[in-house]
Amino acid sequence: MNSRHNARRHLLSISDLETADIERICDLTESFAEVSRRRIPRVPALRGRTVVWLFYEDSTRTRLSFEAAAKQLSADTVNFSVGSSSVNKGESLRDTVEAIEAMGIDAIVVRHSCAGVPHRVADWIDASVINAGDGCHEHPTQALLDLYTARNRLGDLSGASVAIVGDIAHSRVARSDVLAFTAMGAEVTLVAPRPLLPLSLEGWPVKVSHNLDEVLGEIDICYLLRMQLERAASLDVPSLREFRAEYGLDSARANRLRDGALIMHPGPMNRGVEIDGDVVERPNTVITEQVANGVAVRMAVLFLLLGSGLDTSENESMAA
Amino acid sequence: MAERERRFTVPHAGGTFRSRSQVMNSDDVGRAVRRMTHEVIERNHGSSNLVMIGLQTGGVPIARRMVDTLAEIDGYSVPAGSLDVALHRDDIGLRPVLPQAETLIPVNLDRQVVVLVDDVLFTGRTVRAALDALHTWGRPSAVQLAVMVDRGHRELPIRADYVGRSLPTNLDEMVDVQTDGVHIGELV
Repeated sequence: MNSRHNARRHLLSISDLETADIERICDLTESFAEVSRRRIPRVPALRGRTVVWLFYEDSTRTRLSFEAAAKQLSADTVNFSVGSSSVNKGESLRDTVEAIEAMGIDAIVVRHSCAGVPHRVADWIDASVINAGDGCHEHPTQALLDLYTARNRLGDLSGASVAIVGDIAHSRVARSDVLAFTAMGAEVTLVAPRPLLPLSLEGWPVKVSHNLDEVLGEIDICYLLRMQLERAASLDVPSLREFRAEYGLDSARANRLRDGALIMHPGPMNRGVEIDGDVVERPNTVITEQVANGVAVRMAVLFLLLGSGLDTSENESMAA
Repeated sequence: MAERERRFTVPHAGGTFRSRSQVMNSDDVGRAVRRMTHEVIERNHGSSNLVMIGLQTGGVPIARRMVDTLAEIDGYSVPAGSLDVALHRDDIGLRPVLPQAETLIPVNLDRQVVVLVDDVLFTGRTVRAALDALHTWGRPSAVQLAVMVDRGHRELPIRADYVGRSLPTNLDEMVDVQTDGVHIGELV
């Protein structure tokens, strides 16, 4: 199989998508948001298709919103929970995945603590693979819903200024968001202390700052990341209190944001670390909107991958 | 299929519409809209409880004209909506889902008489999908169908209640309804 995966069959990474693809997904999302607002929010678009959740890592929002998205499109869903599966008997990832595919499924949504797992899975099987977060690598559907939410509030994002603040090194959301926001023409600044930045940022289309207070007044979106306490082998900052003092968004800092600047967070939040409780309640804080839009964005993704009804080889050459 | 839709259709199903002859001019279309609107009022004994819903994309402008005409005749403005049935089709994937084809159902449809409006009635599959879609908003007391052109070749047991013009066609012909008239031709 070719190394560059077919972006029309799988969603593995934002970097596989052209700007036009991203725009198309965001545009289509509106049609699906409308479905969610109906009294009976269900359309038969994916009737007879089966989607499996393969989550090797904990998740609330991503999994539930994928589940809601699949149900609203009338797809069947099969749950795979690692805790009660043969993984506990030592079954390998490949054997597990091939066994699942043998049951006749159309898509696997994969979350794993190792980067690159969805790509490997895509090499092994014929079903569509959707990356729902792989290690510290990417989380493409999160980036798409972030874009959709930001576009809904701010309109065209070209020239917009986005600050991504906090634990960049361990964040797959940051990687996907940098690619997605820059693809839409926004300028991204990473704001973090040195230990929380990746070792090398070579080739990244970003600016870097170590001072949140300096950038606050110049940005349109303040994107806060969760301190990933479970992923950091040893915490890279001297203390959470110190991190909060320098990089946490409290009321005083939030007041210095421009009028209309958005405050975003992928969740789950550590209240009192990267974001203060009263900042969460502000009118320009769109964290719950992000969650709500997650369902519609994932409907669009599932529909584009599974609902075309066309042969995938034909699909590849199909102009968007 | 309306022009807008065709522009987004994948090449093997799309193409450009070439008119061979004009079968209705804009006055004919206007008169047909007027007559159908009168028939809607007559059959429903007035216009209370009516909701006009245009099917995306070709039915929407016709529904709008019928609502305007109805306001002129009866002095009452009935709610107008639009419905995109793309996600309810049985040939899903063969036609594009258009982001700009907006679904807008302005009122609760329970106990209302819904008049679906489309430009061309052909196989009946669009109407089948529309009936399916309507149920996700409520339970209308009746659903009626108005079309500008009935071109025959039905594949489902569906008929229109109000017809602008019955137009016998060949299967490979295309009917194109615009505000300036109705053309018959083919895709090239």
